[in-house]
Amino acid sequence: MSQTASRRTRPSVGGSTRVILLLALAVFFGLPLLWLLIAPSKLQNEFVTLPSLAFGEIGNYLRALEHLVGFKDGRILLWAWNSVWYTAAALIIGLVISIPAGYALATTEFRGRRLILWLTLIALIVPTSALVLPLFLEMSTLRLVGSPWAVILPTAFFPFGVYLAYVFYATSVPRDLLAAGRVDGCSEWQLFRMVCLPLSKTLIGLLTFLSFTANWNNYFLPFVMLTDDETYTLPVGLQSLVTGTSMISMSAMRGTSSTLKNPEGALLSLLMVLPLVVVFIVCQRYVVRGALTGAVKE
Amino acid sequence: MIGPTRPRIRTAHLFVLPHTVFMLLFAIGPAVYALVISFASFQRGTPEFFGAGLDNYANAYTDVRFLPALGNVTQFLIISVPLGAIGVLAIAALLHARQDRLGSGMRTLYFIPGAVAGPTLALLAIFMLDPRISPFAPVLQAMGLTTIGQVTSGSRLPWVFAIMYFFAAAGGWVAIFYGAFNGISRETTEAATMDGCGPIRLAWSVKLPLVRPYIVYMLILTFGANVQMFVEPQLLAVAAGSTVGRYWSLNQLSYAYAFELSDFGSAAAIALLMLGVGLLAAILIIRFTDFFRPDVADR
Repeated sequence: MSQTASRRTRPSVGGSTRVILLLALAVFFGLPLLWLLIAPSKLQNEFVTLPSLAFGEIGNYLRALEHLVGFKDGRILLWAWNSVWYTAAALIIGLVISIPAGYALATTEFRGRRLILWLTLIALIVPTSALVLPLFLEMSTLRLVGSPWAVILPTAFFPFGVYLAYVFYATSVPRDLLAAGRVDGCSEWQLFRMVCLPLSKTLIGLLTFLSFTANWNNYFLPFVMLTDDETYTLPVGLQSLVTGTSMISMSAMRGTSSTLKNPEGALLSLLMVLPLVVVFIVCQRYVVRGALTGAVKE
Repeated sequence: MIGPTRPRIRTAHLFVLPHTVFMLLFAIGPAVYALVISFASFQRGTPEFFGAGLDNYANAYTDVRFLPALGNVTQFLIISVPLGAIGVLAIAALLHARQDRLGSGMRTLYFIPGAVAGPTLALLAIFMLDPRISPFAPVLQAMGLTTIGQVTSGSRLPWVFAIMYFFAAAGGWVAIFYGAFNGISRETTEAATMDGCGPIRLAWSVKLPLVRPYIVYMLILTFGANVQMFVEPQLLAVAAGSTVGRYWSLNQLSYAYAFELSDFGSAAAIALLMLGVGLLAAILIIRFTDFFRPDVADR
């Protein structure tokens, strides 16, 4: 649709109202992030004395970073590493498990198939946090509480991945292609490996995005499962800093000797959010596609 | 897909086996185990299965903290779910009223806060709610609020949480509804415009009814997710002091039973309530919307 046509058919009634409303919303959604970007440039007392959106000094980012890195001999770096490897492990295990399962569910009729599909659907819609305490009860009976695997394995269970793979192979890979492969004597494994996987780049991209964004920010499960602070992830570590240090000004009476204050809290949040912001901007279309894959148009 | 051969079926079984095992271990297993535990008695240290009857339920649901927590979460849901939906739809319609640069730029901007979640969302909110620090201070002060304690006091708290959730989640839904509006055929909107529909009429009477299934989907999914709130009240309690209780939400109460009292039975009784809500939401979505269907490959 050309711009002129759209202007003619849609009269510009309320055009400037729309612009004003959109900009007001931009303030609501954008200002907190802008503030977060600027905040570590300020010293602790400047959070209150300088105007909220005033920029302090560039050197203060480094100062705050040094404080973060220096905390308990680099404990925060350890948390960052834990976050990275738990997320990566959950992603890889999740992909290896969910893609073949989705493929089999889409291409082969076998007993129990519908039951597995139904259970997978239910598991994907029930919010993961609803299962956190039941998982904790189970893991504590199995004496697995405290182990990183108590976080990694439950998050590697990826029903959304199975369902998206199922829809993908049911709709995007031509049946005739598979039939032809079978006539040529391909085994099911060869078909999957040689024909379907090379066609699955979009699917793998989508699943990687969904798994990464879900697990990077995951808080409730690791908070409940991880007992030793050397095994913490960044979100759990941040929580422990908020409750245990004077990272938030309001609780300044406690642990005032700590070097971790408002600037450090803001910088750590910023560093945790940035990778996701980049991924979000690059992969915006994935979110829509992920949420709507089920609504296949005939 | 008629009559797959034996080796094909065997391969399919192998392919779904790990997923099925994970589902048993990390979804069905814990749910069933929580159910069992909720009837178990822990009087003698080791669990005595079915030894408690309904005692754990009675204990948890008559706890003095239970009704307030249920009330808090209910208030939060009443505010966050409908207002969230109205806000998302209004923003999506506003963006979609014209396809221009401003609109697509704004769509991306609104979407970015989705990257903020859990403790970072809570921490950012704490700064944004502190009238001494926040860039929104003029707004807060205009409302007569000068300390974070006032901002997060009692009846304001459900609103505060609703705004926090909206900040983080709205952009994703806006993108989804924008996509849904795009799916409406041009003939339909052009015919309506010819008949004299203005942009607001067009959005209200034509676009909205056509995306009704998406709305149902959003309402159920948001309800199921928001009922689970945990970290936001937990961290705000630290920041604002005593005004936010440590047992503000149901999940906090369940957590307290498990971790503070080691009363797994009562913890399970509350956790099952939350799980029940999640299950109900799942079944409603599968039955009454077309978003997730187990029969895509069969048609």
